[in-house]
Amino acid sequence: MQNFAHEMQVAFALILAGDSELLGIVALSLRVSLFAVLFAALIGMPLGAALAVGRFPGRRALAVLVNALMGLPPVVVGLLVYLMLSRSGPLGVLQLLYTPTAMIIAQVVLVTPIIAALTRQVIEMLDAEYAEQMRSLGLSRLATVPVLLWDGRVALLTALLAGFGRAIAEVGAVIIVGGNINHVTRVMTTTIALETSKGNLALALALGTVLIAIAVTVNAMVSLLGQRAEAQEDVRHA
Amino acid sequence: MRDFCGGQGVLIEATGLRLVRGDKLLLDIAHLRLGGPGPTVILGPNGAGKSLLLRCLHGLIRADAGQVCQDGLPLNKAQRMRQAMVFQRPVLLRRSVAANLDFVLRRQGLSRPARRERTAELLATGGLSGRERQWARSLSGGEAQRLAILRALATEPDVLFLDEPTSALDPGATQAIEALVMRASAHGVRIVMVTHDIGQARRLARDVVVMIGGQVAEHGDAARVLDQSTHGTVRRFLAGDLIF
Repeated sequence: MQNFAHEMQVAFALILAGDSELLGIVALSLRVSLFAVLFAALIGMPLGAALAVGRFPGRRALAVLVNALMGLPPVVVGLLVYLMLSRSGPLGVLQLLYTPTAMIIAQVVLVTPIIAALTRQVIEMLDAEYAEQMRSLGLSRLATVPVLLWDGRVALLTALLAGFGRAIAEVGAVIIVGGNINHVTRVMTTTIALETSKGNLALALALGTVLIAIAVTVNAMVSLLGQRAEAQEDVRHA
Repeated sequence: MRDFCGGQGVLIEATGLRLVRGDKLLLDIAHLRLGGPGPTVILGPNGAGKSLLLRCLHGLIRADAGQVCQDGLPLNKAQRMRQAMVFQRPVLLRRSVAANLDFVLRRQGLSRPARRERTAELLATGGLSGRERQWARSLSGGEAQRLAILRALATEPDVLFLDEPTSALDPGATQAIEALVMRASAHGVRIVMVTHDIGQARRLARDVVVMIGGQVAEHGDAARVLDQSTHGTVRRFLAGDLIF
């Protein structure tokens, strides 16, 4: 117990001192996950909006598939991306394996279904309410989409934060495609796994603390945005 | 208040209108002609097809058979753009009061100063001056419906359809909405309004359409229909009997 207390002290000292190794790992984690969320949003939001307002064959099946993909096991995603990027894989020529780019790709695969499914939910709900009024005002279905996206902005931001939360806390996929190489692909989660196995608890605890702080902050933001959206929602019906 | 348009000369006709869902005939209008200055009030029990008729007249629902004409021409997009509709539950954008009006004014290609001026003018008309920056969905039920009507009027329509705009509102809020509707009517907007409030029909209507079971049971001058109807079911409905 005394040992644990000592490790915690060292961990906090590392955080407070702004240890360069720790900061480097945190920065890489943030960079990988933010880029992943950005690309996932570029794919997932239009996909979600199309699933919500589009009328095309297979729309329902695709919506079910996207929902199902939200629960993709990260390790399996890691394995699939590894196979794609490995030297003998179809994208092996790009030589992306064990780079931050590979980690971004893996996280994009994990996060896109979350953003797409949540976007679909938000836009579908808004569309059910707005559709008739928009038609009455002379807007086509296509012209309605930007209105729905803008009016659903708070909920969509929540979807992005949910995606970021999933990306930053994920370990299975990035450890496979990133390889956990020091100063290159070592992010918070993979470092925690490695350092714990080595018995270097101080660094693992410091990173764990930062990771929890980020997770709490993201969740608090999601919750605050949700409360704000609710407060703005139909106060007159309270 | 500026003239919204010159819509009182508008003639709306529905001929042979039929709407079937499953094995149910929801709407069966042989011929309905809404001319003259209005306002027209459509009355009837729940499920009589009042709202469906309104949606068909506005082109939101395509009937299975029959035709809606405006001024002798089958309803086209240009005519539809000269119509506006206010729904039972106001559909306000998740934006400020001013932004809700700006949304339609911008589509008319008005400059920013012109839009601002028109917004202030409309809000003054609806008794919502000074509320520009308030979140639209935090307005009370009556205020929200007034904003929805103002937004509809901002499109400068020839015809304004209203689907039970005062249901679930208290008398004060209802009066404010009725005043707004009558003001629009006086300034040339052709009003066609659905309600199941017979008192409201007495207060507002020049002519009354009574619908029973998807059909027009009676249509004519408000005083005659409301007080001297010879149609048995219509008389029972107007006397307060439960018709279903």
